[in-house]
Amino acid sequence: MSLALGTAARPRLSAGAMEALAGWALMLPATIAFLAMLLLPTLATVLLAFTDYELGAAAPAWIGLANFADMLTDRGLRTSARNTLAYVGIVAPASVLGGLGLALLVEAGARGRAFFRAVFFLPVVSLSVAMASAWQYLLHPTIGPLNAELRALGLPTPFWLSSSDTVLLSLAAIGIWENIGFTMVLFMAGLTAIPRELYAAAAVDGARGAWDRFRLVTWPLLGPTTLFVVVISLVRALRVFDTVAVLTQGGPNKASEVLLWTMYQEGFTYLRLGYSAAITLVFLVVVLALMALQTRVLDRRVHYG
Amino acid sequence: MGGIAVAGIGKRFGATTALAEVTLEVAAGEFVALVGPSGCGKTTLMRIIAGIERPDAGQVRIGARDVTPLRPADRDVAMVFQSYALYPHLTVRQNIAVPLTMRGLPAWHRLPLAGALLPGARAARARIAQEVARVAEPLGLSALLDRRPAQLSGGQRQRVALARAVIRRPAAFLMDEPLSNLDAALRVQTRREIVEIHRRAGAATLYVTHDQAEALTMADRVAVMLGGRILQVAPPEAIYADPVDLRVAAFIGSPRINTLAAEADAGGQVRVAGLATGLRARAPGPVTLALRPEALRPAAQGLPVAAEHVEFLGDGLLLHARHLPDGAPLVARLDPASPGRVAPGERLALEFDPARALLFGADGARLPTAPAGVAAYA
Amino acid sequence: MTPRGSLLPGAIRLLVLALLGLVFLSPYLWMAAASLKPLDEIFRASLALWPENFAGVENYGKVLARVPVAQYLWNGVIVCGGILFFQLLFAVPAGYALAKLRFPGRDIAFGAVMLGLLVPPHVPALPLYVAFSEIGLLNSYAALIAPFAISVFAIFLFRQFFRALPDELLHAARLDGMGEWSIVWRVILPNAWPAATAFGIFSVVAHWNDLFWPLIVVQGHARATPALGVLQFRSEEAGDDFGAMMAAAVLMTLPLVLAFLLAQRRFVEGIATTGLKG
Repeated sequence: MSLALGTAARPRLSAGAMEALAGWALMLPATIAFLAMLLLPTLATVLLAFTDYELGAAAPAWIGLANFADMLTDRGLRTSARNTLAYVGIVAPASVLGGLGLALLVEAGARGRAFFRAVFFLPVVSLSVAMASAWQYLLHPTIGPLNAELRALGLPTPFWLSSSDTVLLSLAAIGIWENIGFTMVLFMAGLTAIPRELYAAAAVDGARGAWDRFRLVTWPLLGPTTLFVVVISLVRALRVFDTVAVLTQGGPNKASEVLLWTMYQEGFTYLRLGYSAAITLVFLVVVLALMALQTRVLDRRVHYG
Repeated sequence: MGGIAVAGIGKRFGATTALAEVTLEVAAGEFVALVGPSGCGKTTLMRIIAGIERPDAGQVRIGARDVTPLRPADRDVAMVFQSYALYPHLTVRQNIAVPLTMRGLPAWHRLPLAGALLPGARAARARIAQEVARVAEPLGLSALLDRRPAQLSGGQRQRVALARAVIRRPAAFLMDEPLSNLDAALRVQTRREIVEIHRRAGAATLYVTHDQAEALTMADRVAVMLGGRILQVAPPEAIYADPVDLRVAAFIGSPRINTLAAEADAGGQVRVAGLATGLRARAPGPVTLALRPEALRPAAQGLPVAAEHVEFLGDGLLLHARHLPDGAPLVARLDPASPGRVAPGERLALEFDPARALLFGADGARLPTAPAGVAAYA
Repeated sequence: MTPRGSLLPGAIRLLVLALLGLVFLSPYLWMAAASLKPLDEIFRASLALWPENFAGVENYGKVLARVPVAQYLWNGVIVCGGILFFQLLFAVPAGYALAKLRFPGRDIAFGAVMLGLLVPPHVPALPLYVAFSEIGLLNSYAALIAPFAISVFAIFLFRQFFRALPDELLHAARLDGMGEWSIVWRVILPNAWPAATAFGIFSVVAHWNDLFWPLIVVQGHARATPALGVLQFRSEEAGDDFGAMMAAAVLMTLPLVLAFLLAQRRFVEGIATTGLKG
């Protein structure tokens, strides 16, 4: 409390208290929305995961870790986890490396830079459901243009999205197509942040070609960007849902069953909310683990402070 | 054994001419400062010598070799950048070693892991470690070798940049405003150290700066560049006392040289507002009379001026005045003991030593002068 | 020489880029081509992009006649606009308070924001669905908008942005007699346009394209967003009618793609800057 209390007639509160009141008032709407839409539902999901709650069924019972025990023996879920892992294992590295390659290629010259940046970025802003339909036509086994071309070349024509051998690969290809423009612009932002003097210094210091420059300057200085892009690519790939929902619905024969699709099915089709919440929790833990990896372990290696 | 020689260098960026017909030589062991205002093209010239920029015309020779078509890596030059351009991810030790690792080790030795296992790599690395220790010691970097640039002060970074430049014993050093990011006290100290480094290395050094004090104090010769052209190359004393161009005279020296519009009459007598000056030009016509502040002193007779104010400098006084006939500003550097107080508005006369007066033609070129005898101020 | 150095000479770079670009654009090309072709041509699987018989009118006509395209797009505008409005309404004052005011609990609030950044939107979805279903709000704009009205990411972004604004600006406003509320809307917000545009683009792109949440809370056409509209048209109307299907896809994709092509630079920068800070 300030000693000036009472000496000034109008502001009856000290400046500090006024500021605190203003701060709370400005935080209030966001806090209410945060509690109602994020914190409480998230906590509810955590609680649900330990119940057998089913929409429309009798009152939920606390069943402890039973949902998680079920998950261990659930063959469908195991398939789903394996598929998700495979999908992430293809899409994330390909998006990172492809995005880096495209960024270097587009930035290497002035001509066509804006045009090609737009071309590769286009899938990021396109309605993914609609583009999934376009892919379905493109990959259609009999009338699709891709197989028509393969046929014309005398090559085999796989059932891209309807064979369990190729469906995950096809989805991964679409996933890479959707993500690569995003990673590319992140890398471009990282590239423009590299001081040009360093390239001049590298040239004088004996860097003779593009590879020397890349090793000595570009790659190390892109470190923070690369780390970030890796993590965000992993998380984005982990979230695959739209293409599965539109194109395969997990099929054929669960060959494209992925984590969020399983969670959606359990929760909103079979209405087994407790089990679905348990899957969601596992999903959350994986995401948090990736973030922790970023901040705790790897950050130290790429920031040169 | 040659130093640096550039001949007929031209460079355009779009419609603007950055460099026009630039010719300059720096002998082996010589320290040449390239001085000019920002945007005059001096950094572009330096980058062309390093090979970072390609000239549109002309030739660059380093160590008697024509290096014009060569990459920077093959030119045998080292450069200190204004921003130091240290590799933020490498330690001081690694930063200093880069010029050796990039050249000394073949590409496969530089691969991570594999390099350590290959025969010969160990010996090469030991030699590099030795060299790093050799250059780090005199620069006071020995204790800092395992730090990263971000953990160093500006002055320390600057030394790392110098160490990285000297480690390879190149035929030519290029320094691009290496002191401009340091505070004033450190700058003065580092000037001496850079000259010292240059002496020990014995290579040709080209030092770019916009600070004339640096150029005059450090260099064997000073090259003054303006508008993409080198106007004069001469030892510091000559640049100051004997400039060949009015722009050089005006750029070098602080306070700026005084200039007065003058006229040479039919007999060659140079007159300022009708007043004979005791100088003689070869031909009649309009000329510019340029006078260093220390060439002026109060006298009974001379240029009529009105005093405006006096600055006390400790070792001298600066009298700011206005030349009465045409209102041109004049600055005189006076002995602190000399005149007592000069009140603003006070009228007095300033005389000058004709031997120290400079005459320039209408095109800015220096004109030869001869004292006209004793009939001055008649 | 270019500092970044070309791995490849210019012509080869352009050639590689052109080939890759063609691959990237091929779904768009074939989508547009098929939307103009009659069914028999599509089923012949010819490799010609340009239709022999132009059936664009039939295909697009079919889509417009069978599903309320305008309604979908309008829903998309309402939902994205509503989400962005509330996100800014909540996040700008909160970001300002976290950046510039001192009050007890500020560190806890900021910690909550940072934690919230880690939670994907799929996590609170189940309880929110139950809640909306209990209070009978499924199939409403409210159900589509409310869960995204709070964006911790926006709060974080604005907080970072406002921290960089000079304190003198606020002192001057306070000396002029402004209260904190009017400072937010009359001093802070006008200075926040760069951050707000970047975030706005990020938010609209995310929610225009979102399928997961609309799929959960919306049934039928009345409140369907464009993403849902494509899905509904596909399952209910199109069957194997790829011509009409592609026409529907073109119609729903076009608005955002056009906006992108008109303001490319802003889109890329908006998404790159928000992406890097997230």
